[in-house]
Amino acid sequence: MATIRTEPVTINLGPQHPSTHGVFRLRVTFDGEKIVDLEPVFGYLHRGTEKLAESRNYVQIVTLTDRMDYVASMSNNLAYVRTVEKLSDIKVPERAQYIRVISVELQRIASHLMATGFLLNDLGALATPLVYCFRERERILDLFEMLCGARITLSYMRPGGVFQDAPEEFWGSLNTLISDFPSYLDELESLITTNEIVLARTIGVGLLSDAQAIDSGVTGPMLRASSVKWDLRKANPYEIYDRVNFDVPIGSSGDTYDRYYVRLQEMRESIKIISQCIEQIEPGPVRTETPFFIRPPIGEAYSSVEGPKGELGFYMVSDGGISPYRFKVRAPSFINLTPLRDMITGWKMGDLIIILGSIDIVLGEVDR
Amino acid sequence: MAPTPALFISFESLQIFFAGLIELIGFGESFKWLATLLAGISISFLIINVMVMATAFYTWFERRMIARFQVRRGPNRNGPFGMLQPFADVLKLIMKEDTIPDEADKPVFTLAPIALLAPTLMIMIVIPFGTFIDDQAFLSNLNIGILFIVGVTSVNSIAIFMAGWASRNKYAILGSMRGAAMLISYEIPMALGITSVLILSGSLAMTEIVSSQSVWFILVMPMGFFVFMAASTAEMSRTPFDQIEAESELGSGYNTEYSGIKFAVLFLAEFMAPLVTAAVVTTLFLGGSRGFDFLPGGIWFALKMFIIIFVLLWFRSTWPRLRIDQIMGFAWKTLFGLGLFNIFLVALEFSLADQFGGLASDKVSLTPKYMLIIGAINWIITIAIILIMANVVGRKKYTRPEPTPSPLANMGIKES
Repeated sequence: MATIRTEPVTINLGPQHPSTHGVFRLRVTFDGEKIVDLEPVFGYLHRGTEKLAESRNYVQIVTLTDRMDYVASMSNNLAYVRTVEKLSDIKVPERAQYIRVISVELQRIASHLMATGFLLNDLGALATPLVYCFRERERILDLFEMLCGARITLSYMRPGGVFQDAPEEFWGSLNTLISDFPSYLDELESLITTNEIVLARTIGVGLLSDAQAIDSGVTGPMLRASSVKWDLRKANPYEIYDRVNFDVPIGSSGDTYDRYYVRLQEMRESIKIISQCIEQIEPGPVRTETPFFIRPPIGEAYSSVEGPKGELGFYMVSDGGISPYRFKVRAPSFINLTPLRDMITGWKMGDLIIILGSIDIVLGEVDR
Repeated sequence: MAPTPALFISFESLQIFFAGLIELIGFGESFKWLATLLAGISISFLIINVMVMATAFYTWFERRMIARFQVRRGPNRNGPFGMLQPFADVLKLIMKEDTIPDEADKPVFTLAPIALLAPTLMIMIVIPFGTFIDDQAFLSNLNIGILFIVGVTSVNSIAIFMAGWASRNKYAILGSMRGAAMLISYEIPMALGITSVLILSGSLAMTEIVSSQSVWFILVMPMGFFVFMAASTAEMSRTPFDQIEAESELGSGYNTEYSGIKFAVLFLAEFMAPLVTAAVVTTLFLGGSRGFDFLPGGIWFALKMFIIIFVLLWFRSTWPRLRIDQIMGFAWKTLFGLGLFNIFLVALEFSLADQFGGLASDKVSLTPKYMLIIGAINWIITIAIILIMANVVGRKKYTRPEPTPSPLANMGIKES
């Protein structure tokens, strides 16, 4: 049979592209619609956070961490201040720990809402689910505004606690939110989870097996979607996570649908955690007195938390001065991109976008 | 053929009017061609202006409605309720620089928007839309009206391919390749949907199709309506079939390189398509300008069009997009089969009804009684097919295994 000679086409997806969630660039080789090769290129948003941190003092660095994963600043703050606390052995009051967990879980919901909304946007749903997700995210941002006056770049946490106690009206609004939220999630699920087109597009697409996921160092919802039951909140309970009951939802096969669905279930679990925290929290101080310039003893420390995107860890080396000698971030979005090529190769153009969307990267964190 | 109403502006009446005028001025018989030309120009002027204005307000309506779907307000700054927004948009686009890429095939690049807009406009010529004066007013009552529509629609795929190819842009080519494959595929189910209408109406003329709908064809053959509706949604490449543009994948698809007035024309053609489709669907399946006597036919036609437009809008604002292979599969595996089955069913029922003496007085269509009987049978069959599709075929495909923790890593998490 005589065939027409064809050759693969290389297309640069990004850095300016509506679905790369920032300035991510993919050099993709297509054979028709099918992807035969793929090379991620990043660094377009590199701001040198790690180097900058070496010339700031320990409290100033909190603002730098805000700007890494800018849809989940709370989690970044927590991961960072925990490392400083570990490095210089600062004790945190109990009330502060509860407030931290509440705000981090709220942040997890906000981040997952954004991930879900943008996944649906990538599926081509003309922003309608995205706007629905954003509507609820706004309420969480309002709560953050009550806590610390900022909405996105929060800088709420300090080594030794949080910088101020939550105001009275915060608790009322929080209660309304967590009582509304399950029904809102039901509404979102009724729109998305059983939608025939969503199922047809996502089930079986972008498979990531459990062995592959572990080998690539993937963490977070993406790892759990590949049916690996691994959550730092359970495996290595920090703050007060050992005092609350929650499940670790896992997926069955590790496809795009699982990654979506695990996030949705995690939001329900977060609501459970928050409501338990509200019951358990007691009045008290929210911040340990720390010197203005924290001078940790010479040494090094690594500490990590279960961020919305995976294991977010900070590694710091102290030379006894007011700023870290070396500052290194284990950014989950960056490491979750490791199996990208294996996941995408062989699928079609439309699948590429949703697989990338389901990984849920934030370029501020990938490039740092 | 229905007689042309004397009062209404149609090609024929204008021709007579201009012929009279020419005779009045004193030109002889040799200038009869001038009357035809003037009548043609007047009709074109009328269609283009009416349709462009309608499209302008349609874009406003679509944006407002989608905003409502998305818990937003939509454009509300220019004029009352933001109704002047389309004019502001067009003004902006006209004032922008009209760039042509260096590598582009310039004549083709320039022609493509026109090639896309012209057929969309041309379809409106044969639609019997009804007015206050006459229930079935039309601009030109072609006796092969529906064939004309099928033929003219096919030009769309060429125009989109022209736009993509001439742009010399990889995204645009990818979009237009998809477009060529998809639009050609979906023409077949669309034609099948139309064929079933023709069996019942017994005529290719649009006016005859309307007058034979003593019972609306959507009630007689819901399956045919579904096939035609799905195929024409794909023909104008709207969600869930908007592969040609696929803004989350291809940037903007075939019109990536267009700017300024050329983009405005592409945009116009794209937003005119739902209007035209709604008009065709109304004529074929919703009884055109037929309605109850208390309102004139034109109003009924507009109301039905409005409903169809709203349904299309609803599709657009709620559904995600299908993948290209799923779209092609849907055309060839589902719609093609359903369309053929529908034709078989309608043809069988028609000949049976003929046996029992169900033909109406015009000897080509059926009496309302028999239409209703056929309709009842078809609705039952359609609902049965939907139930089978949803519960047998669909469920099997999407049952998910219960998640079990991977044995590879149970790192100290105790089962609670």
